[in-house]
Amino acid sequence: MDTFLQQVINGLTAGSVYAVIALGYTMVYGIIQLINFAHGEVVMIGAMVAFTVINALAPSGLPPLAVVLIGTGCAVAVCMLVGYSMERLAYRPLRGAPRLAPLITAIGVSIILQHFALMIWSRNILAFPQIIESRTYFIAGAAVTNVQLAILAICLALMSALAWLVYRTPLGTAMRATAQNRQVAGLMGIDVNRVIAATFVIGTGLGAVAGVLFGTYYGIAQYTMGSILGLKAFSAAVLGGIGNIPGAMLGGVLLGLVEALGAGYIGDFTDLCQYGWLAGSIEACARDGHFILAGSNYQDVFAFLVLILVLVLRPQGLLGERVGDRA
Amino acid sequence: MKFTTAGVTLVAAAFALAGCGEQKPPAKADAGQAAPASGGVEVRIGHAGPTTGGIAHLGKDNENGAKLAIDEANQAGIKLGGQPAKFVFIGVDDQADPKVGTTVAQKLVDDKVAGVVGHLNSGVSIPASAIYNQAGVPMISGSSTNPQMTEQGFKGVFRVVGRDDQQGPAVASYLASERKPKLVAVIDDATAYGEGIANEVEKTLKAANITVLPREKGTDKTTDWKAVLTKLRGRKPDAVFYGGMDATGGPLLKQGRELGIKAVFAFGDGACTDKMKELAGDASEGLLCSQAGIPPQAASKKFLEAYKKAFNTDPILYAPFTYDAANLLIEAMKKADSADPKKYLPELQKISFNGATGPISFDDKGDRKDAEITIFTMKGGKIEPLAVVKGGKTLPYEEFLKSMGGGK
Repeated sequence: MDTFLQQVINGLTAGSVYAVIALGYTMVYGIIQLINFAHGEVVMIGAMVAFTVINALAPSGLPPLAVVLIGTGCAVAVCMLVGYSMERLAYRPLRGAPRLAPLITAIGVSIILQHFALMIWSRNILAFPQIIESRTYFIAGAAVTNVQLAILAICLALMSALAWLVYRTPLGTAMRATAQNRQVAGLMGIDVNRVIAATFVIGTGLGAVAGVLFGTYYGIAQYTMGSILGLKAFSAAVLGGIGNIPGAMLGGVLLGLVEALGAGYIGDFTDLCQYGWLAGSIEACARDGHFILAGSNYQDVFAFLVLILVLVLRPQGLLGERVGDRA
Repeated sequence: MKFTTAGVTLVAAAFALAGCGEQKPPAKADAGQAAPASGGVEVRIGHAGPTTGGIAHLGKDNENGAKLAIDEANQAGIKLGGQPAKFVFIGVDDQADPKVGTTVAQKLVDDKVAGVVGHLNSGVSIPASAIYNQAGVPMISGSSTNPQMTEQGFKGVFRVVGRDDQQGPAVASYLASERKPKLVAVIDDATAYGEGIANEVEKTLKAANITVLPREKGTDKTTDWKAVLTKLRGRKPDAVFYGGMDATGGPLLKQGRELGIKAVFAFGDGACTDKMKELAGDASEGLLCSQAGIPPQAASKKFLEAYKKAFNTDPILYAPFTYDAANLLIEAMKKADSADPKKYLPELQKISFNGATGPISFDDKGDRKDAEITIFTMKGGKIEPLAVVKGGKTLPYEEFLKSMGGGK
């Protein structure tokens, strides 16, 4: 039981990071129907900037928490700048173009950002400075670290703040209006370009925080980390219903859980020796007692299995793609 | 489609042409014995390693080792075939690049070397060995650990350092004899290296009647090991072995400790670096890991002093091994009383020599018999030698040092 509980906690932590990244995908899609494939790279740049700043400040004698906060602040600022420039330079000129054009541009931006990071931070795996002492607490036999608790709390806070922004502020109202109908929103006096730019800036800011959380949690950062993270968060956004903000949150957490439980138990279920009618015909069962078809190295497959299943069975996602007030 | 076929044919033709160029063996029968300069024989010995680029310091270290042996041989006034022999050192730079490696190998062969010490990297040694083999020039590597190098059936290819597949048994036998676990979990990263070393560990542990859990796998890019580790935690293993590199091993160790796993963690040489401290933080403390060979400071005192005197610095990594490799070539020549590879190769194959790294003899493949593997542990953020495993026997590091002090 404590194993199951532990897997759930692992899944919730990873899932809440996915959820914050997925928000970036879903907000942009909601407002201009663009899958911003460069979002994963923004997350990577967030982690890298934080890595550099924290490394530089670590020996300064400032309290560790302050160093991490300054690092996160710098990462958010840089990523917001990247997000704004990306929208201004790559996507705004293509506003009236067919949908395929900005999509391919997004892939291009992603490649540019990745190689930019390669030039600055090298292709080595960077050990993320671990200046915050990791403490482990045991709850009913399951281990939870202070970093995990912080990640859960921060993700929850970010999601609530975003919900408040979208549903309770004038900017949020403008975003929802633009999402519903760009022309009419413009006629009502909303500066559509400004709102779209704001959406990008908020999404990339969230991405930056997610990058820092990821780096702190796993202890490493590399210039390629954005692609797999981005694809998983994209799957999470599709799972919840792309363009749907609560959907992205739900999708991220569910995807984290599916991954953790899937990777944790796939080996047990695909051990063919436990199925009597098969065991007799497999040599390895008599020798080792085990014949595992697919092990936990298939962890990354689950995200994409989920993506395919959703696209086949429920293309609009769990909470629906186009709810009235998508943003 | 037609175009592609034509292209392939052209490429194939180009390869065939290039191949022809390389395959011509130097037809001189006196390979290795150039015309005597003044009433003696000149014996050329080559060294190949990266003396430029990212690991130039290691290449230079290897080169110095071989050079020292040759200088000492010249001072000793060795006679071959009744005439005084003059040993000439020819050092080439392979840039740690397999392509450059084959080019410089060909250059050494053209220079009529009698034997080669090198190369440093397994990836370079393997393609270069084919060239030496064709030319009939024996080579001894002091640092290439990939098993494939001596598995090609080339008679003149040797190594004085342990093989990757000897590390698994060594670290497993250390674990079994010193830590006495009852239940061990084995994880690998699904690469040829990781799976290979994990298989050897599992085999050795099972032979020692230790229960091994069904293999868990990640990939060489896995960052999230929590699912695997959580599952393992439920089975309560006494030790966890991971076959993989430091980039994945670091997070694995860190997450394992975060989950409260108290077991001993043991890794292979891919994750046996000081970098583990950066990657895993305090969780890296107490990690066990292995490296082929022995640390340079454990080599014989005589060698260490001579090296320090000659180069005004301490050996970094494999210099004692290249020193031994060059000495083995010279010793075999002395025994055969000739620098002709055809004559001294049989002597080299059955040699029994007491070198700076201990007694050396070769098996049928050209691998060193009973090669040493050193077990390290992470202590205060640095890996420290703990014990040396040799021929299945574990010797505490201090005792090994003592045994070497009275060596050659």
